[in-house]
Amino acid sequence: MLQGWSIVLASLAYLGVLFAIAWWADRRADSGRSVIANPTVYALSLAVYCTTWTFYGSVGRAAATGIGFLPIYLGPTLMLSLGWFVLHKMVRVAKANRITSIADFVASRYGKSPLLGGLVTIIAVVGVVPYIALQLKAVSNSFTILLHHPDIVMPTGLGAVPLLQDSALYVAVGMAAFTILFGTRHLDATERHEGMVAAIAFESVVKLAAFFAVGLFVTYGLHGGFQHIFDQAELVPRLAKLMVAGDSAANYGSWAALTFLSMLSVLLLPRQFQIAVVENVNPDHVRRAVWLFPLYLFLINIFVLPIALGGLLRFPTGVDADTFVLTLPMAEQGEALALFVFIGGLSAATGMVIVETIALSTMVCNDLVMPVLLRWKSLGLAERRDLSGLLLEIRRWAIAAILMLGYGYFRLAGEAYALVGIGLISFAAVAQFAPVLFGGLYWKGGTREGALAGLLAGFVVWAYTLLLPSFSKSGWLPAEFLSHGPFGIELLRPQQLFGLAGLDEISHCLLWSLLANVGAYLALSLRRAPDAMEARQANLFVDAPVGGGSLSSWRGSARVADLLALVERFLGVERARTALGRYARSRGASRIEELQADAHLIHFAESLLAGAIGSASAHVMVASVVEEEPLGLDEVMNILDEASQVRAYSRELETKSRELEQATQELREANERLREVDRMKDDFISTVTHELRTPLTSIRAFSEMLFEDPKIDLAERSRFLGIIVSETERLTRLINQILDLAKLESGRADWTPVAVDLSEIVRESMESVSQLYRDKGVTLECSLPASGLEVMADRDRLMQVFLNLLSNAVKFVAPGTGRVEVDVAATDDAVQVSVTDNGPGIAHEDHEVIFEKFRQGTGNNGTLTDKPQGTGLGLPISRQIIEYFGGRLWVESPPPGSAMAGARFIFTLPLPTTQKEQT
Amino acid sequence: MSQEKQSGTGFRRLTAQRLVAIFLLGGVVFNWPLLSLFNRQAELFGIPLLYLYLFGSWLVLIVLMAVVIEGKGD
Repeated sequence: MLQGWSIVLASLAYLGVLFAIAWWADRRADSGRSVIANPTVYALSLAVYCTTWTFYGSVGRAAATGIGFLPIYLGPTLMLSLGWFVLHKMVRVAKANRITSIADFVASRYGKSPLLGGLVTIIAVVGVVPYIALQLKAVSNSFTILLHHPDIVMPTGLGAVPLLQDSALYVAVGMAAFTILFGTRHLDATERHEGMVAAIAFESVVKLAAFFAVGLFVTYGLHGGFQHIFDQAELVPRLAKLMVAGDSAANYGSWAALTFLSMLSVLLLPRQFQIAVVENVNPDHVRRAVWLFPLYLFLINIFVLPIALGGLLRFPTGVDADTFVLTLPMAEQGEALALFVFIGGLSAATGMVIVETIALSTMVCNDLVMPVLLRWKSLGLAERRDLSGLLLEIRRWAIAAILMLGYGYFRLAGEAYALVGIGLISFAAVAQFAPVLFGGLYWKGGTREGALAGLLAGFVVWAYTLLLPSFSKSGWLPAEFLSHGPFGIELLRPQQLFGLAGLDEISHCLLWSLLANVGAYLALSLRRAPDAMEARQANLFVDAPVGGGSLSSWRGSARVADLLALVERFLGVERARTALGRYARSRGASRIEELQADAHLIHFAESLLAGAIGSASAHVMVASVVEEEPLGLDEVMNILDEASQVRAYSRELETKSRELEQATQELREANERLREVDRMKDDFISTVTHELRTPLTSIRAFSEMLFEDPKIDLAERSRFLGIIVSETERLTRLINQILDLAKLESGRADWTPVAVDLSEIVRESMESVSQLYRDKGVTLECSLPASGLEVMADRDRLMQVFLNLLSNAVKFVAPGTGRVEVDVAATDDAVQVSVTDNGPGIAHEDHEVIFEKFRQGTGNNGTLTDKPQGTGLGLPISRQIIEYFGGRLWVESPPPGSAMAGARFIFTLPLPTTQKEQT
Repeated sequence: MSQEKQSGTGFRRLTAQRLVAIFLLGGVVFNWPLLSLFNRQAELFGIPLLYLYLFGSWLVLIVLMAVVIEGKGD
């Protein structure tokens, strides 16, 4: 016989055990031997996913739809197989950014937007309220049923129960008190609850054990094993139908929708996020959870269908299938087992309520209440010394309020649905976080407006298609709202929106709400590029850099004392000093005061505060003591796009090396030219000395002969002296010409071009060489234009050129028959002078050689001309002179056989412009 | 526990690919049309076919995940 007091006592004893475990785990954590730093504990704590929905509701669902309860557990299995990517990344990001809740995560991702954090909090609270109502309903029902033991009495309609006699109210109050005592004993800088996680892992073991016990009892105690129970069910047509699922497209569709929905929920429900992400000790623990958590789900589901069938066989009518887990042992006099089941159900409910309300209260405090209070100037909160007490107070009230909301929903709408139906409403609500969260985790383009619009659109559609109908079904809203739409507009019927029929209500809601959500998120995100803050956060989340991201992007100034005071106000003096002292030691400073207020310290202070009040508020508070210089978008882009920087560097490097190569090439060429010039200089000097030595040798030889032999006769003596004189003259001429050339080449020759009459110069030159020509019997002819031709030149230099050409010509023609012609002709802008002889001519390949220094031509027959009759400098000098006056000097060979088949030297001189006008 | 010591920054590439393959396999196995092949009134070893198929493939999937992620990898 179970008395009410004994049930309450057992419950209290169980809760006492939870407290003991939490206390023990906290003590262990303080002494550095954490119990939860263990992958198995982590995987077990994830099983907070299994609430009374699983414990009582699955059997109810199975009794109605057969295998239809299963997608809720297949989805998480699939998500965990991706856990290595998704969950691991979320944990890494959350750790690097000191994320304390899912609201914090979303707000932080989109530029630490307080507005976004608030919206996520509201959606989470409203969305999860039905889920909490589900727990209250399950616990109060199981308590009521157990109270009537050994009779099986279903709880009566709640409407009939006066408020103060409603056991659910006392369950709600009790749970609120328990959670407040349990979860808000102290404020943790990291918002982690070692003791709570240890207790949750323990609860997971308890509920699995209890459910397994019932499963074994029904399958092997009441029946002869799986086969037997299925065989018996086959005999009942109604039960036989449960062995197959509805074979329609809609059924497979809702199967897939539920799988998808539960896939999202296993990470997005506030309590799942809290346990899987915030409370995670080591990202590598995800590894074991990937298979151990699905295995847990597998085990807790294996007996669902046998219990459902056993229940249906035992109670064909009159007993709610949601209570089979409890009523079957009761009906078979399993008193102790029934109590154990009740405790198992209680553990499933308390686990859910504790984590869910703690997660929600953190969000309400950090992302809803504190941002408002801190901005509310008249409260003077921003100046208050110690706020840590206030934070705890806010959380406690939040927990109480959330549980009362849950109870309110239970009173309003709880009757209309089975347990699973209520839970799915919450699943669909938190699914609205998926686009902004997963989008933000893998796509950098999302913006604050996009996230706000997406969440808002999805939430509104969810409320319209799922939440309001649940009120309508329980009579709180008129039934016409469902059947004929608001104000009779049939197109807007909440569960056949725009006439979309044929889907179950969850698939219908999921389709429209996610469509609106993703559509708004994308549309508004793509309206503008992310701003500097969003881009920085996007980088931290999407790339999830190891080690907490780049601090280099922070610029500003602060004082250590200000930061310390700020942290003390929110964490309490002792805790703040401990944390900062540890940080100081890790930075190599012995005291806090010795710290540098650099970007690292500010980041550390911000993350400490983020643990207490959320990242958005922490950012605002730190900004109030730190003079942060705003980051320009350009700078952020520069910082972020390191790849492009590297590209720019390598481009620059490439350019530089190309320039260097070019410079090297130029230097090499210049060096080559210098060597060539150097070689030419050496050649020149050796040639000059050689040329000088020839006459010197001859002078010396004849002088010695005269000196050594005084008996030389007079005629011989005067011949020798004549040679000496002519050789000396030649030497003088040579030296003069060398000096001349040196002057010309260095550009130091000082001559002044004046207008000179070319015909006069020609005539004078011919006169001065006429004796030479007459001596050799060479004819010299000349054709000059009648009018005088004036050119700009130096008279003496021009004469020098003529004399050189004429004396060269006479040297190479045959005596007697030789003939030299001088021809002067004016063209449009220049005058052309040619000196033609009928000598042997100049080989074509020598046409340029003869203008080099000390080089003399060979004849057309290929033999060298006779021993140098000149210095070999005349022509180079002449060319220099003509080029100086802007003309050209070259040689041509008229074709053999013509009258003058020798050499023709030609030079041109430009006519002055005045001359041109005259002609 | 020795696996835990391999805490590190990156995922082993092949392991990650295998897990994605398992995800895809699960997505196919747990949905239409494969599901409809087993969705009929039949029994195997005295257990309804659909029930056996879903729980069986689920267990296989879990074992695969355990083997892949706890295995040596490379």
